[in-house]
Amino acid sequence: MRSRETVEGSRAAAWLRRGGWMAIAALAVAVPLLAQAAGPDYGEFGVFGLDRRDAVWIAAQLHLLFAAFVLGVPMFAVVIEAIGIFSKNERYDKLAKEFTRLLLVAYSATAIWGAILVFFLSTLYPRFWGYLTAIFAPSMWLYAALFFFESFTLYLYYYGWDAWKKGASKIVHWGLGIMLNVWGTIVMFIANGWLTYMMSPPPDVTADTVPQTVELWSAINNATWMPINIHRLLANVVFGGAIVGAYAAYRFLTSETDEERAHYDWMGYTGNFIAIGALIVLPFAGYWLGREIYEFSQQMGITMMGGFMSWLWIIQAFLIGILFLAGNYYLWIGMGRIPGAERFQPHIKWMLLVLVLGVIVWATPNTMIADRDEIAAMGGQQHPFLGVLGVMSAKNTAVNLMILTTFLSFLMYRRANKEPVVPWAKAGTMIQGLAFAIAAVVVVFYGVYGYFVTAIVRIGFSVYQVAAVLATILFVIGIDIAMARGAKSRGEIRWGEMPPRSQYALLILAVTFTWLMGLMGFARSGIRQHWHVYEVIRDTSEQAFTPALGPAATMISICVLIFFGLVGMIFWLGGLAEKSVYEETGA
Amino acid sequence: MKRLFGHPFTQGAVVLVVGFFIFEYLIGYILPLFGVSSAPVPRSVVFQYMLTVLVGVLLYMSAEEERWAAFREPIQRTMVDRDKRGLRGVLMVAIPALIGWLAYENVKPSYGAPATLRSVHPAPPNQITFRGQTMELTGLENPLRHEGSLEEHMAVGRAIYTRNCVPCHGDRLDGDGHFSAAFNPIPADFTAPGTLPQLTESYVFWRVAKGGPGLPQEGTPWDSAMPAWEPFLEENEIWATIIYLYEQAGVTPRTWEEEGEEGGEH
Repeated sequence: MRSRETVEGSRAAAWLRRGGWMAIAALAVAVPLLAQAAGPDYGEFGVFGLDRRDAVWIAAQLHLLFAAFVLGVPMFAVVIEAIGIFSKNERYDKLAKEFTRLLLVAYSATAIWGAILVFFLSTLYPRFWGYLTAIFAPSMWLYAALFFFESFTLYLYYYGWDAWKKGASKIVHWGLGIMLNVWGTIVMFIANGWLTYMMSPPPDVTADTVPQTVELWSAINNATWMPINIHRLLANVVFGGAIVGAYAAYRFLTSETDEERAHYDWMGYTGNFIAIGALIVLPFAGYWLGREIYEFSQQMGITMMGGFMSWLWIIQAFLIGILFLAGNYYLWIGMGRIPGAERFQPHIKWMLLVLVLGVIVWATPNTMIADRDEIAAMGGQQHPFLGVLGVMSAKNTAVNLMILTTFLSFLMYRRANKEPVVPWAKAGTMIQGLAFAIAAVVVVFYGVYGYFVTAIVRIGFSVYQVAAVLATILFVIGIDIAMARGAKSRGEIRWGEMPPRSQYALLILAVTFTWLMGLMGFARSGIRQHWHVYEVIRDTSEQAFTPALGPAATMISICVLIFFGLVGMIFWLGGLAEKSVYEETGA
Repeated sequence: MKRLFGHPFTQGAVVLVVGFFIFEYLIGYILPLFGVSSAPVPRSVVFQYMLTVLVGVLLYMSAEEERWAAFREPIQRTMVDRDKRGLRGVLMVAIPALIGWLAYENVKPSYGAPATLRSVHPAPPNQITFRGQTMELTGLENPLRHEGSLEEHMAVGRAIYTRNCVPCHGDRLDGDGHFSAAFNPIPADFTAPGTLPQLTESYVFWRVAKGGPGLPQEGTPWDSAMPAWEPFLEENEIWATIIYLYEQAGVTPRTWEEEGEEGGEH
């Protein structure tokens, strides 16, 4: 039976989908024509007081955010569907489908913003665009073909959900979900090749190199390509989880029945779990990327970490501090609906203390904003006492302890309503505690020792700190799983009994992730400074200057607002489709 | 008394007061009394810290339903109870007045230079021209590390430093030379962990050779009084001075990563 949900969902997406495909078709024609056209280096743009760079910036940022949405959420959907298949729990299957429905409209939005971006690039930066197409044209054709496959796989995945629901066909259906992710990942890797070429072109490419002579694979496989690929892949999982959490929060807050509230409470928890879980490993991928950037160009590396972009890292520390605080806060409030969690309540204040101190240390600037008198009193821009907190040794120590604390919150949440019955339960808990203590000692030891060694040795210490934390997480969770076997329940989780403020924590998580993507993306892109392609194609337009942090932050915030305005619409459409089913079956 | 300090609202207020005391007075004024090197914390940083503590207090209070209700109770009672009318009236005047005063303090004209944000490590170019010769800074090492004796280079560097650098950077390399108080920003302190050990020798070469006039456009104004030493010092004289700086400060330069070194990833 074709439900009204399907009809409504497809109607809602149809217009946008047609728009997206028409845009891509037009794009295929426009690209070669414009690339060949001889004319000025730059086109004029003067709509709403925006200049050409503003236009490209907004289009690129929104395209990227929607692309992260449509790459992150399918990862989430396919994992949740697998859990549903193997645990034979229907509600996971429903959850995965609910998200795939949102994807239909999000795909169209991604395509539309992508088309707008290419039109802007080809009309406002025709010479530069011609240069890129001269090198990357075959990969652009492949990109379009893969986007086609990806879209049709999505349609099969969504519309075939009810048709292929049982037995082997369900596994085939799940395979479609995996294929959807494979296509999406390849598409992202290709686009990453273009943008990383702009940052780190191969060393043999100079300003005199004829673009047609640049080998395609060496252009794609440049110094920062793979670090960006991995960083974005992980970040998309985080983003997917956060968007799921935000959707659940929105639906929770607008729910009218306890049943709905229970469903969306559970969904929000699942989204938050995946987002925070993936967030824990994300800094390490970012660290690799930063290192590759530094290796590629000392100038870029120092501009990013010590130069005028360095303050973005303080803003980032603040925002990631908000993520840790909001993620933990959500768990702590959630313990209120779990029987047996009361015994962990007294520990919350100490975990919060570690997190707050962690944020304070992490966000302590190396170079402080100070007036003339304050600088004179300090004897420079660095504080004689707090200066020790401004360097990486302190910051790495703080963030690793924050990760350990967050993991401890998860562990308490997980264990709250369970009473282990295995005879070694007490010893197991002590071993877990010992593992935490050892990890904390390793992290603090290398943090302090880092002040007494050379920079190159100190960089290596962060690997030991991270290894200690990750090993502890795996070890402790292994013990916990074994200990939970046959555990007695202290009572069921009362899903839905959450105060509204917990849901705002989920919304804050999604907004903060989005903001971070924009801000740190600006750092990555801005360190090219006045180059379209670093040290190869110079930006000779009026906008060749790198924007200061204030205007850049304003622009990114506007993009985040537009994105959430559009995402709000997608959520609303998702709700519309579901409401019709409710009314139909309820009538 | 016990009841008062056991109340979540009072506890929150106490944490904020203690936090402010630590950031504003303990670090800035009390630690130096015990011989700890410290200075008043800039207002921007105190604000940042206090904001973090405030968020922490609010999260703690609202993380548990009963505590949150208890925390809000005095606020709610002040807002609605009949017998709190007097206090309510006072607060309704005092709070806007406080906000007004803070706003006035922030925007009133003052004679002080505005607070500035200055990067201490400007990004170097990938290559420079030194006395007509192109030098690639990326991967460049101090050539004197591989020739002659360390003592010789130290002697040359010490003489050059004493003759040219001491007036500003001081004989202890701590940026406290005779002229330093006249500069804003004051000359770099080579003994600080954030300066020499963070930098490669090629970076320091660039800073010495090109000085303030050679600083990049980004992040301007640099307000640097550092002269360019290129017209006055030979290449090897600069390298020798750099060796002296590192040896005298007792730190080692940042090195370039090599294949297989990978910063300790074994």
